[in-house]
Amino acid sequence: MGNVARIGERVRRTEDRRFLTGAGRYVDDLQLARCTYAYFLRSPHAHARIRSIDTSKAAAAPGVVAVFTGKDVADAKVGGLICGWVVKDKHGEPHKAPGHPAIALDTVRYVGDTVAMVIADTAAQARDAAEQIEVDYEVLPAVIDPAAAVAASAVQVHADVPGNLSYDWELGDKAAVDAAFARAAHITKLDLVNNRLVPNAMEPRAAAAEYDRGTGTYTLYTTSQNPHVTRLVLSAFVLGIPEHKLRVVAPDVGGGFGSKIFIYADETLVLWAAGKTGRAIKWTAERSESFMTDAHGRDHVTHAELALDKDGKFLALKVDTIANMGAYLSTFATAVPTYLYGTLLAGQYTTPAIHCNVRAVFTHTAPVDAYRGAGRPEATYLLETIVSKAAREMNIDPAELRKRNFIAAGAFPYQTPVALTYDSGNYTPILDQAMKLADYAGASERKAAAKAKGKLRGIGISSYIEACGLAPSAVVGSLGAGVGQWESAQLRFNPTGNLQILTGSHSHGQSHETTFAQIVSDKLGIPLDQIEVVHGDTAQVPFGMGSYGSRSLAVGGSAIMKAADKIIAKGKKIAAHLMEAAEADIVFENGAFKVTGTDKNVPLGQAVFSAYVPHNYPLDKLEPGMDENAFYDPSNFTYPSGTQICEVEVDPDTGGVEIVNFVAVDDFGNVVNPMIVEGQVHGGIAQGVGQALLEYTVYDKESGQLLSGSYMDYTMPRADNLPSFNLGYQVTPCPHNPLGVKGCGEAGAIAAPAAVMNAVRDALAQVGAQDRIEMPATPQRVWQAIHAH
Amino acid sequence: MTMSVSMTVNGKTVSGNVEARTLLVQFLREHLGLTGTHVGCDTSQCGACVVHVDGISVKSCTLLAVQAEGAKVTTIEGLAKSAEELHPMQEAFRENHGLQCGFCTPGMVMSAIDLVKRHNYQLDEETVRHGLEGNLCRCTGYHNIVKSIIAGAAAMKAAGV
Ligand code: FES
Ligand code: FES
Repeated sequence: MGNVARIGERVRRTEDRRFLTGAGRYVDDLQLARCTYAYFLRSPHAHARIRSIDTSKAAAAPGVVAVFTGKDVADAKVGGLICGWVVKDKHGEPHKAPGHPAIALDTVRYVGDTVAMVIADTAAQARDAAEQIEVDYEVLPAVIDPAAAVAASAVQVHADVPGNLSYDWELGDKAAVDAAFARAAHITKLDLVNNRLVPNAMEPRAAAAEYDRGTGTYTLYTTSQNPHVTRLVLSAFVLGIPEHKLRVVAPDVGGGFGSKIFIYADETLVLWAAGKTGRAIKWTAERSESFMTDAHGRDHVTHAELALDKDGKFLALKVDTIANMGAYLSTFATAVPTYLYGTLLAGQYTTPAIHCNVRAVFTHTAPVDAYRGAGRPEATYLLETIVSKAAREMNIDPAELRKRNFIAAGAFPYQTPVALTYDSGNYTPILDQAMKLADYAGASERKAAAKAKGKLRGIGISSYIEACGLAPSAVVGSLGAGVGQWESAQLRFNPTGNLQILTGSHSHGQSHETTFAQIVSDKLGIPLDQIEVVHGDTAQVPFGMGSYGSRSLAVGGSAIMKAADKIIAKGKKIAAHLMEAAEADIVFENGAFKVTGTDKNVPLGQAVFSAYVPHNYPLDKLEPGMDENAFYDPSNFTYPSGTQICEVEVDPDTGGVEIVNFVAVDDFGNVVNPMIVEGQVHGGIAQGVGQALLEYTVYDKESGQLLSGSYMDYTMPRADNLPSFNLGYQVTPCPHNPLGVKGCGEAGAIAAPAAVMNAVRDALAQVGAQDRIEMPATPQRVWQAIHAH
Repeated sequence: MTMSVSMTVNGKTVSGNVEARTLLVQFLREHLGLTGTHVGCDTSQCGACVVHVDGISVKSCTLLAVQAEGAKVTTIEGLAKSAEELHPMQEAFRENHGLQCGFCTPGMVMSAIDLVKRHNYQLDEETVRHGLEGNLCRCTGYHNIVKSIIAGAAAMKAAGV
């Protein structure tokens, strides 16, 4: 038997063996009996009226099983796709959510909008047949740019949404902000763009479905971060399949980063058509389809102003943001630029007055929704950019300016002016440690040395806060969420003493199979190899809200700990009976129940066996079996925080930016498995660096064509674009969950863009070009910034 | 029109009838059920599909199945000596947490082994980073992949593979 794992150990992952030997099972790997293949015909136009569609040739093509258009779907009463979070605008009116049919009915609204579905015996036949569909489009003018979409003369994306405005939302005390600005010694102003990103999980989205005529049961295999939520939405809102007749399985999933939270047209149609045709159907996105149809991230245009007193104390912040929603509201799109953005604008600072206004607008582009960090990277980029800009303008060291404004360690719980109550934190030691790791004190010397070689060096700081571990159901419900935000867990022992953990969290790279087993191994004293973590199947796991918002360990892990408590409580009763002792005298230690003060003990395995073979068992007082369920609804968000420091060297001749050092110091509360946490931070930083230096989603402003629609045009971070990262930790445990954990999945991506860009701007300040650069700071843009006169 | 093709995959002779347009990766995945080789793009840029053809790493989405006629192909499924004993490079990835979601992993491992051999087991960080240009990973930020490959190179040398 293997070893008991302890919290805090760098336990190697249990999931690795199958991935390393090619034995992972991703959706596209599944072989369903008599399977057919779906191909979706996508709109080549950003905005067009469909005058007519002729599918007759396609329907007669070899191997074709069925062809469906928007009319077929509408006739079958397939419901539209929904947005599950209703944001109320500043007048209390709900957001405008125009209809979102799974297949466009008479108008297409972005390049990639679904126009028809072809099902055939092979994928190649489906694709060949789709080429024979004749669509007569009347091409219409498109609006792409979010700032242009709010102009009075802008093309309308939806006839029932005047001004392309889904909502105009605000948060904070505007009068207090105005008053503070009136007495400010210094005001820093900033305009910035948060560039649109394509999530690019390496596994493209996929779906496979089958219908069992005998039982009337549907099964959908899909690349989802939250299979139960998918089942709920498809059952209750879209297809009307009773929830108990639909099984949703998200097997191994190759990364998500938010893009696999949402319920898309594709899996909806695959599932529906499987019932309609009686055949199993599989669909896997080609990468170019992923670029066109995965929900994108970010895409904000913002003006902000920070008011400071003469000593650099922040007095007030005002923010005006236009957020691009794309052509339709994706599943959780509305929450991202509001409750995950405006609420984060206090950052780590005591800024007493904050006001944030957000206009969410429709454009003829792919829907935008949560992408790693979701709202919090946008808030952090804005805040940390304006803070560093203020420092430069006031000639105060940016680290010093941050320290002057940090919330003090003794001030927690801390109520911010933008709704959140931070539970814990200690920001100055984090910054100090990061400065030490980055040799911040030596930065100016290195800058001078670089200058002597004709290079521009710069150093940048980004101190972030995030609210994650989504979160109290009552709070998110009051803010418009259509779902609860608890998590479930079941600990199911088998008579032989091994254990299954069934969790509603979903792992698509986060390593739950190891981390969750580790916390239970530690708590119950069971060897790791006797524990199996089961996730991603609605037929096995009682229920679950899935994984996003760095919630798995803080919420899902807490549910597991609660279920483990119930196991211990029941085991104590059994052990008391077996040892003829009083229950109050039983303690649980190192995997065994002991009578305090004696050497009598019952190992957990023996209690489990007794529970399943209850020959000597208190059946009059206790049910047999050892199988406990728990649901955990947190009392607050968790608040990870940290500081990243990036140092870059810019070559003024080429505009190339090289990252010469990258430091991240984080406070994630307690850390269960440092190896896994570091991996999460590395990946997050890489995505943040990608946003800062490389990644840019470009639609042609006139035609709405996606110009960066493949890996030839969209620059993904590759190994040679990145350095190795230098990490450190501080720990202030989360005070309100049983593990004291805060969540680590998004931090890297949240903080990194500002760290990199502050470094780039610091470098460019040597030639006065610091305000002429936006993300991504590509060589071309950097060169132009340097050489613009 | 279908054509017949035969080759050696992971030491076994295999053959099949494929359409002329069938890619090697499709032959491996769909005809042979070797789904460890992945498809991550449609422009031959992600490296999720890397296999060894006659000992050299090849993106199996860039080759027609019929072009591999008579070749010796090794996929991720054919690397480990046995269920218990991983290839030293696989073991190095496990030891150094060089994978998260696992989707890029087969291609990374296959590329890594070829990279090590091409550099005669002598790899520094910069060589590895440049050598991985053709492989995308969205999860790990490459940090631990680079570490894994440097460790794997030493382990391969020690094991004489
Ligand atoms: S699938 Fe072959 S390189 Fe991407
Ligand atoms: S481990 Fe997920 S893409 Fe590399």
